[in-house]
Amino acid sequence: MSDEILIDVENVSKKFCRNLKRSLWYGVKDIGRELIGRSCQSGDLREGEFWAVKDVSFQVRRGECLGLIGRNGAGKTTLLRMLNGLIKPDQGKITMRGRVGALIALGAGFNPVLTGRENIYAAGAVLGLTTREIDTKYNDIVEFAEMEEFMETPVQNYSSGMQMRLGFAVATALEPDILILDEVLAVGDASFRQKSLHRVSGLLSKAGVVFVSHNASDLLRICSQGIFLENGHVKSFDKIEKSLHHYNEAAQFETNKQVRIFRDGLFFKRNKKCSLNKKIYRFGEKLHLAFTYKAEQDFYECLLVLTFSKKGSYVLQSYEFVSFKKGIGNLLLEIGRVDLSSGSYGLSLTVMEDRGKKTVATWLGFDEIKVSGKDGYGISNQAPMSIEITNENF
Amino acid sequence: MNDLSVRVYTPESKLKNPRVLFQSMWHDLLESRELAWRLLVRDISAQYRQSILGIVWAFIPPAFLAAGLLMARSANVINIGETDLPYAAYVMLSMVLWQTFTESLMAPITALQQSKAMLAKINFPREALILAKVGEVLFNFTIKLILVIGLFVWFQLNIGWTILLAPFALLTLIAFGFFLGALLAPLGALYNDISKGLTVITGFWLFLTPVVYPPPTAGIFGLIVNLNPVTHLLVTTRELATAVPVSHLTGFLVSMLITWTGLLLAWVTLRIAMPFVIERMSA
Repeated sequence: MSDEILIDVENVSKKFCRNLKRSLWYGVKDIGRELIGRSCQSGDLREGEFWAVKDVSFQVRRGECLGLIGRNGAGKTTLLRMLNGLIKPDQGKITMRGRVGALIALGAGFNPVLTGRENIYAAGAVLGLTTREIDTKYNDIVEFAEMEEFMETPVQNYSSGMQMRLGFAVATALEPDILILDEVLAVGDASFRQKSLHRVSGLLSKAGVVFVSHNASDLLRICSQGIFLENGHVKSFDKIEKSLHHYNEAAQFETNKQVRIFRDGLFFKRNKKCSLNKKIYRFGEKLHLAFTYKAEQDFYECLLVLTFSKKGSYVLQSYEFVSFKKGIGNLLLEIGRVDLSSGSYGLSLTVMEDRGKKTVATWLGFDEIKVSGKDGYGISNQAPMSIEITNENF
Repeated sequence: MNDLSVRVYTPESKLKNPRVLFQSMWHDLLESRELAWRLLVRDISAQYRQSILGIVWAFIPPAFLAAGLLMARSANVINIGETDLPYAAYVMLSMVLWQTFTESLMAPITALQQSKAMLAKINFPREALILAKVGEVLFNFTIKLILVIGLFVWFQLNIGWTILLAPFALLTLIAFGFFLGALLAPLGALYNDISKGLTVITGFWLFLTPVVYPPPTAGIFGLIVNLNPVTHLLVTTRELATAVPVSHLTGFLVSMLITWTGLLLAWVTLRIAMPFVIERMSA
C-alpha cells in the first residue's frame, strides 16, 4: 500500500507572461490552437514569457508528504494549480490517482446571504461531496466548527474567524487520497488551531500530500521530502531538512543583497581605491574600510554602527560617535580585531543621530569578507573601532 | 485499491483524442448534476432572500413595456401593423420569450464571472455552472409563466394541441442563447469588452426580432429579420403556444439544427478553453 504512487509528475514545465494584455492575447491564441487540435507542446518562449515552472519531476506515495519551499513567486502555487488540474502544463505529464482534496480557498462557494446550513451543502458539493455524504457528515462538520447555534444565521453575520472555521470543517470533511495544502494547516484561535492541526494530521496519514509553506517547523514536522524551487527550477530535491537547509542558505545569500536607505541627506560610497580594503582576513586581524561620504547638512554626534552578520543574524558589532560636516569627505574605519571564526560575513553600516533615536543612513550588506585560517575564541561580540574622518568642503 | 480514478494532465490538445474527450464530457455532465442542483438552490434562494417584491420583478419589465407601447400605439405615435393576437398580449408574451433568450445568452458569461474565485481555486466539473444557469433560466421562466397564464385567461387566447410542442421550441430558443453565450464565455472571461458589447447588441437585436411588431414579410428589413435565427425560434414558440398556424417552419428547422450542433461545439470550446481562461483569471 505504501508503494502506491498517487502523484506522478514528469518533467513538468509551465510558462507565464508578465504583461497582462499580451498574456490575454496569448490565451486567445492558445485556445484557438487547442481548438484546431494542435497541441502547444513547445519549449520555446514567446516574447515576454518566462518559465514559471521548469522541468519539475517527483512522485508522492500514500502516506508521504512532500514539502514545497521557495521564495514568493518561485512557482510553488503554479505547480499546485497544475496538480489540481486547474491549468494545463506546457510540457511534461502529471498523473493523479484518486480523489483530490485541497485546503486552499477556505469558504469558497459561500454565499453571504445564506445560512450556515445552506452553505455547508453548497460548499461541500463544490468540493465534490455528494448530498448523501454531506448528510452523514453534517453533524460532525458543525460540531467540529463549534457552531451549533449559528447554523440558521446568514454567513455574512459570522466573524471572519467563524467563516474560516466553517470553511475548514467542510474542506476537511472530504477524505481525499491526495491532499494539497497551500500554507493552510490550521485556522482560528489557539485552541482551534490545535484541533485543526489534529484533524489535518489525521488526513495526512491516509493520503499523499503536497504541502507549501514558509514555516520551517511545520515543514519539518509533517514532510518527509522537500523540494526547493527557485525561479521555477528545482534547486534541491532531498530529505526535507536538507532542502530547507539549501533554502536557508539561498535566503542568506539573498539577505546579503544590498539595501541602501540614504534619505536624510547623508550618502556613502565605498572608496575602492584605498589600498587598505581587503577581502580575506585571519582571526584577530585588523580590518580597514574606506568610504567617501557626502553630507547635505551638518550631522553632529552621530552614532556609527558597523555590523558583521552571518546567515542574517549579527555576530560582531563596532560603534563609535562621529560628526559629519556639510560637504564631501573621506571616512576610514579601523576595526581593532576581527574576532570571527572562519566563514563569510556580510557587513552593514548604520548611522544614527540624536543619540541613536533617528536613523539617518542605512547600508545593509555593502560588502562581504571571508575569514579563514586558525580559529580562536572571540571574547566579546563588540570589536573596538576607531574612525578617521577628513572633510573637503564644497 | 485499483478503483482510484486516474487523471492525467498533459500539454496535448484534448481534441487529439475525441473519444476520451466526449467520454469525459458525458461523465462530467452526469457527475455535475448534484452540484448544479446545489448551486441552483443556492443562487435562487439568495436571489429572493434580499427582496421584498421577489417574483413580481419577473412581471414588471414586460408589463411596463407593453403599457408603454400600447399607449404609443393608440396615440398613433408609432405605427405597428396588425398582430395575430391582441397587441398587449402579443407584446407581453413575446417579451417574456425574448427575456428568456437574453437571460440564456448572458448566463454562461455571468456564471464564469460570478464564480471566478471558485473556478480559480477549486477543480469541480465546470458543466455544473452552466447547468445551474439553465436551471435558473427555466425557473425564471416558470415564474413568468404565471403572467403568461394570466394573459391567456384575460385575453381568452386560443389553446390547441400544438401547445404540447411549445416547450420543445422554447428549449431550442434557450439552447440557442446558451450556444452563443457559451461560445463567447471564454473570451468574455478574458476581455470585458464582450459582456459590454453583448448588452449593446441585445438592445439592438431586439429590434431585429418580431417582439414588439409582427414578422415583416417584405423588403430588406424583412430579409434581415428572417436571417435572424431568434426570429424563427421565438415566433414558432409563440405560434405553437397560441394555436396560430406555424409560419416559419423551414426557418425553425434550420435554426434548430444550428442550435443543437452549435451547442455541442460551444460545450467543447468552453471545456477546452477553461484552463487557459483560469490561468489568466487569477493572474
